[in-house]
Amino acid sequence: MAITKKQSTELAKQVFEYAPAPESIDHVKIQPRYGLFINGKLVEPHSKKHFPTINPATEKKLAEVSEADEVDVDRAVKAAGKAFDSWAHLAPSRRARYLFRISRLIQERARELAVVETMDGGKPIKESRDVDIPLSAAHFFYYGGWADKLEWAFPNRRPRPLGVAGQVIPWNFPLLMLAWKIAPALAAGNTVVLKPAETTPLSAMVFAEICMQAELPPGVVNIVTGAGKTGSLVVAHPGVKKVAFTGSTEVGKLIQRSLAGTGKKLTLELGGKAANIVFEDAPLDQAVEGIVNGIYFNQGHVCCAGSRLLVQESIAEPLMEKLKRRLGTLRLGDPLDKNTDIGAINSRAQLEKIQGLVQSGLDEGAELYQPECVLPERGFWFPPTLFTNVSQSYRIAREEIFGPVLSVLTFRTPAEAVEKANNTPYGLSAGVWTDKGSRILWMAERLRAGVVWANTFNRFDPTSPFGGYKESGYGREGGLHGLAAYLDLN
Amino acid sequence: MVATALSLTHIGSLMRGVRSVDEVGADERAASLAKRSIKKASKLWALDLAVRCMDLTTLEGSDTPGKVAALCAKGIRPKPGDPTIPSVAAICIYPARIADAVEHLRGSHVRVASVATAFPSGQSFTSIKIAETEDSVRAGANEIDMVIDRGAFLAGDYQRVYDEVVAVKEACGNAHLKVILETGELGTYDAVRRASILAMAAGADFIKTSTGKVQPAATLPVSLVMMEAIRDFVRETGRPVGFKAAGGIRTSKQAIAYLVLLYETLGADWMTPDLFRLGASTLLNDVLMQIDKERSGVYQSPDYFTID
Repeated sequence: MAITKKQSTELAKQVFEYAPAPESIDHVKIQPRYGLFINGKLVEPHSKKHFPTINPATEKKLAEVSEADEVDVDRAVKAAGKAFDSWAHLAPSRRARYLFRISRLIQERARELAVVETMDGGKPIKESRDVDIPLSAAHFFYYGGWADKLEWAFPNRRPRPLGVAGQVIPWNFPLLMLAWKIAPALAAGNTVVLKPAETTPLSAMVFAEICMQAELPPGVVNIVTGAGKTGSLVVAHPGVKKVAFTGSTEVGKLIQRSLAGTGKKLTLELGGKAANIVFEDAPLDQAVEGIVNGIYFNQGHVCCAGSRLLVQESIAEPLMEKLKRRLGTLRLGDPLDKNTDIGAINSRAQLEKIQGLVQSGLDEGAELYQPECVLPERGFWFPPTLFTNVSQSYRIAREEIFGPVLSVLTFRTPAEAVEKANNTPYGLSAGVWTDKGSRILWMAERLRAGVVWANTFNRFDPTSPFGGYKESGYGREGGLHGLAAYLDLN
Repeated sequence: MVATALSLTHIGSLMRGVRSVDEVGADERAASLAKRSIKKASKLWALDLAVRCMDLTTLEGSDTPGKVAALCAKGIRPKPGDPTIPSVAAICIYPARIADAVEHLRGSHVRVASVATAFPSGQSFTSIKIAETEDSVRAGANEIDMVIDRGAFLAGDYQRVYDEVVAVKEACGNAHLKVILETGELGTYDAVRRASILAMAAGADFIKTSTGKVQPAATLPVSLVMMEAIRDFVRETGRPVGFKAAGGIRTSKQAIAYLVLLYETLGADWMTPDLFRLGASTLLNDVLMQIDKERSGVYQSPDYFTID
């Protein structure tokens, strides 16, 4: 019964469409309703109001969370203020112990957290499992190490904590952004009030359970859920001494304006429109992987996403061919499936924003490419998208889309690449692909971006500072720089 | 044939023009593909394909007619009493055992593959390599697995390596030529890519990772680099070239990882014994065991699988 080559190829196409491989969700218990985490306990909100959080892949309600009003936020900040004195004066090695304990608990509950993150936010399970959760644990572990070495970290200074930190985080990496904010704050001896994003509050509620499990002293971490209103209450509260915000440039500007003259310390990590620059001597197949990782990772919901591809004209054609072929192999669908590469768009509002910007690209004359891709009927989805024939002046080349949409531009010389890359109001990250070491350094000196990746993209580590130039914000998170932001060093 | 090779005097400069490979990126890509989760129907199909693409191999100084006879029987009918298990693609042996294999494979679709050209080191005279190839084909080998001269390659004498592959290809006649790069001795992915392009330009029908006599043998990233070279070569020339991974592939899980790599790099067209082979001596029983497990839901004792 010999199979002919043609039959065999047909068979490969039919059968080797990987069978579904869903991550088990049996071990995850999502409560029907969550309170606010204030003073070490989950409490009913004063507002008596709740709002639903849905799974963007199915549009089904997962749970209800509390909407914190002014009284709730005030209670949270007061609890944090009350806890501050004893937390700041706790033996630093004891503070470290709590951070290590939290890190361990995140690792122990990693599978649960990954599933919650994926269900609430729409990101593929392979990303929450391999990136979000391990990096979150790593952040607590890293900053736990600094807690009793502050004097060594900043020699000849007198590092002192600031007080209550008010922190507002986005929906693209819910637990990871929580870790970026909370870990350095606690290590430095501050207490926190954190407001998770409206569409992705659930992993923060699991984190509240972890704080209780770790027997963290009450009030050291407080979590208030709600929409933008709640966030502005946290930021504006007079008891807050330090504000850290990650989110849109628009909201960042509002916060900066409202804090003027208050004496509160502020760090902002805002939008981006990163250039991923590929030179003609680049290792092309790896560059293609880097481009894909740069813009399609987490459906492009990444502030440092490489959303502008600058490719040297001499290799534009073979690179585009390789990139288009690779796009065809991306697997879009159930975020809980272990083989899914592209999950669901986080919310309907975000989907509409992406659709609007893509339409503007078409209207302005860019050429659209999307691989053949069946979108599920329910939920919010957008196929991986590539625009060629893009000019610097098009909206898709200037505005942050925050979706799986790549704009391709070409350049002729390194100088032109730098000029085009820097020609944006943003400056969060950039990528350089070349085999020539000296050119990497030459480019890195000239690119006005907080992070420049060489022959890689979207690589994160707790030891490495991260932050932007210009409208991408200021201040750094991660590494010693991230620690300094939570200390009075004068 | 040699005279018509257009790039003859320029092989060296051609080789310097071969695009580089980023090691970190290649390792990462291979690792991410190894995490694909292959279940149920896909897994059964993949295991079946692994058997159909297998070059069941014995390459020992102690190989005897009896050993080869047993291996041939196993290759034709891997699981006695279960006709749903297909035959393997080929039996791979030393030249001295070709006659035994031809005799025991007669009437089956299983092909005879022989290593040649002073396997495994390739450190001998070109005339002997050519003679060995010709004799092997005459003795009935359908496929020749040659080794490149790594000494010459590492010394930068690409011309010599190229000419030898061209000459051996000519000596093969109608037999298929697989060119073993012995990637474990080449040191870098850049060199692997260069050797892949060189072998394909010289006429290889397949490029193959390893002899199995050197560590490391086949790895996923090395295979990825070779498959990407094939993809680029096909784009330039239109001639499909096959890929064979050999050495150290012992478990079904590994075999499936190679199939995933193949599927996502070269596509479904390559998922056939005509363009893909797994060279292995001990993999087959693990695959059979996994097929049984997928079908019945339970693992059988190793005693239910014949040791040949």
